[in-house]
This record gives sequence, C-alpha cells and structure tokens, in this order.
Amino acid sequence: MAKILIPTPLRQFTAGKDTVEVSGATVGDCLEALTAQHADLRKNLYNDEGKLRSFVNVYLNDEDIRYLGKTGTAAKDSDTISIVPSIAGGR
Amino acid sequence: MATTAAPPVTLTNEEILRYSRHLILPEVGMEGQIKLKAAKVLCIGTGGLGAPIGMYLAAAGVGTIGLVDFDVVDRTNLQRQIIHGTKDIGRKKLDSAAETMLDINPNVNIVKFEIALSSENAMEIVKQFDVVVDGTDNFPTRYLVNDVCVLTGKPNVYGSIFRFEGQASVFATKDGPCYRCLYPEPPPPGLVPSCAEGGVLGILPGLIGVVQATEVVKLILGTGETLAGRLMLYDALNMKFREMRLRKSPDCPICGPHRTIHQLIDYHQFCGVPQQPAEPAPVSGEIEPTEVKSLIDGKHNFRLIDVREPHEYQICNIPFARLIPLGELPRRLAELDPDEEYVMHCKSGMRSAKACDLLRQSGFRNVRNMKGGILAWSDKVDPSVPKY
Repeated sequence: MAKILIPTPLRQFTAGKDTVEVSGATVGDCLEALTAQHADLRKNLYNDEGKLRSFVNVYLNDEDIRYLGKTGTAAKDSDTISIVPSIAGGR
Repeated sequence: MATTAAPPVTLTNEEILRYSRHLILPEVGMEGQIKLKAAKVLCIGTGGLGAPIGMYLAAAGVGTIGLVDFDVVDRTNLQRQIIHGTKDIGRKKLDSAAETMLDINPNVNIVKFEIALSSENAMEIVKQFDVVVDGTDNFPTRYLVNDVCVLTGKPNVYGSIFRFEGQASVFATKDGPCYRCLYPEPPPPGLVPSCAEGGVLGILPGLIGVVQATEVVKLILGTGETLAGRLMLYDALNMKFREMRLRKSPDCPICGPHRTIHQLIDYHQFCGVPQQPAEPAPVSGEIEPTEVKSLIDGKHNFRLIDVREPHEYQICNIPFARLIPLGELPRRLAELDPDEEYVMHCKSGMRSAKACDLLRQSGFRNVRNMKGGILAWSDKVDPSVPKY
C-alpha cells in the first residue's frame, strides 16, 4: 500500500484524514483508488477532461511526477505520494 | 575609477555593539554585516508573513527595507500580525509596522509604499531593491510578484500559508525555478479559500515568515544553501517539515527557453478575478437581515439555512436557522423541498450566494441570499451576536 499525504485544503474531502493508504501500480492508479474512496475529491484533483489540475502538483516521494512518468509513474508500496496544491494566504 | 561612487558603508560604534552576536559569527562578520547594511529588501505585505519578516530584517540590520501595504490594522489581524498592537487598530499598517521596526532598530531606513502593487507600478518599485519577499495573500499578486522578479532578475523569497500548513521557497534566482515553474496556473477563484474564509493558526505565519527572513539574510550574505530549487512544506498540526524537489520547467511561460511572457500582464484577468468584484447574487435574489427578522417574527412560512461550518455555528448562530454546511449541500438536497421558500445565510454572504446558485440550478424557485450574512445580522438585527 502506497501512502498518499492529503494537504489541509483537501482534507475536508477525505473526512479529515491526512493520510490515505491505497494500492496501485502507478501514481495514476493510486490517485484513482483515492478518489474512488473519496468521491468529492475528484473534481478538486482533475479537470473536466480528467487531467490533473494545473494548480495541484503530485510528488512521488520528493520528485514532481511531471518530471517522472506523470500519472504513469510506477509506485511501490514503500512510496509516499504527496498532493501539494497552491495556496496563497499570507495575511 | 569613478569618483561618484557612494561612500563605503561602515558601522558606527552603536551598530558594532548592537550586531556583536552577528559580528562574532564567521559566516557574517564585519563584511557580512556591512552587506546587510548596504542591502535593500522589499517586503510586499505587512500582515501575517510580513510581521516577522519586517521585525527580524530590521533587527538583523538590513539597511533599507521597503514596505508595500495599503491596509489598516483590524482587530482580527492581531491574532497573528505581531508587528501591530491593540493600540494600532485603525492605523495604517505601514505606519504601525514602521514604528515597530524603528523601535527595534532605528538605524534602518524604511521606505513606505502605500499602494496595491500592480502591473503599472511594480517594475518601478522592484527595480529599487535587491531582494523581494512575498508576504501577500492572493493569487493575482503572487503571480505579479513572480513575474516582476523574473523580469527584473531579483530573487523572490516566497512563503504561503493556509490553516495549519505552510510553503516556502526561493524563486527567480539566476538559474533557479520560478513560481510559474511550480504552478503554471492559479486555481479558479473560489476553489481555494483565503485565510479570512478558511482560518489560519496565528503562529503559522510566524514560522513561515521567519523562514523567509532567514532566506533573505542568506541571499544577502551569499552563504549557506537557500531554498532555491526546493519547496519546503510545513504541517504545524503534525509538526512535520518536508521538502520537495523543484525544477526549472522547460515549458515555463516566463523563465523557460520559449517564454511567451515578456512584460507584466493583467493578473486579475489571468486569475479570473473580475476587477470590480461582481455582486455575489442578483439583487432581486437578496434579502436584508432586517427583512428576515420580520419574516421570522411574522411566522412567515419559510426555511432559513445556515451554510457555514459546524465550528462557525458554535461561535454564533440564528436559532431559527438550520445548519447545512455548503460542502454537504449537494448531497443533502433531498432533505429540502423545492416548493418551499428559502433564505440562505453564511458569515458574510459569499458562500450563501453559491448555495443559492446551487439550489436554483436544482430547480428551487424561491431562494434568496441574506445580504451580508450573520455579520450584517449582528450589525442590523441583534448586536448580541458576536462577530468573528
């Protein structure tokens, strides 16, 4: 089971959970499994064309999947997948 | 050699004593302290992040600190903006921040810009400084700060916060990535709540702002490893620091090899934010709190729905109202009868406007938004209801 770390802004869609364990051969499969468990998360992660939204970055361990194999990047059980959306607060 | 060069920067005896703990650090020393004194740093925003940034940079002896802000100190700021105090409520943040910083270190030259940074003024202002620190609170200004830093070649020390979570990095260094490499596009307006809507742990900007101040000092001294090429993530709730690798994007529209942005753009348009904020709902769909009170008193048959979160309901509520948080509304529509009359309310009227849209789209015909939310209810109907 790979571990997906859920950022604060998206925890409202995972019943407050900060970590969700999922099975999947690729990062895309893992995210699929995540959104299958937490359906409300889907529209916040993917656009209408089913692509990851451009203000949501996904990392496999510490590397951005855009520079690996995107959602096709292979995921191992020991991997940590991080979802890192842009936030703008400062005041 | 040119004879017009400015006289060399030196330290007075007072400054030597003041900075003694820096001067005995080999990584700073007299040379580093003089670099700090000669440096010019622009802090955009004097709020949550700007407070520790301004105070520590002043204390560290950064010679010239520019401050950009147009806001006034409000009571709700004081939970985190420690550069301002209770006595400053109602004062310009610039005046209050400058006063605190000069109290910490009267040797600092503070340059105030009482403006909203914009595409029209940003280049001219940023050119006067060596390093920019981004302590703003909205996407349009963050993209503007990034772009102006890339175009002028000034490092952008970035920090951002939400609830219990913070991010920090250094963008736009000579060969490093920029904010657009990380996030090519902003989220559509309304999807990511602001701190005013989503809340923020008061101490959080303290930590992230101090990280930013540290990076500024390192950039000036030219020592250590900065966060350029790394994104630091901080989770206060679990007290975890993580770090992600950040690469310069080959497709970056402003710092990539095939860049398409050569000058500042309209950032409100880019971020989908209308310049003149549109009314959240058609006026015909709104109702004044006083009118809602008359409906309740007159035992008029209607439903008042509070779409805030349960923890907000605990702070204050209108007893007649039924709580259905906006996020739960889509799947709880079946609990509501479309033939009945509804008034929706939230804290200030934004979320309830979305709720009204949702109900109307779902075939509810008689839906109105209570103007100004429970804040307006407190002002106009029942002052015993606390504002938050």
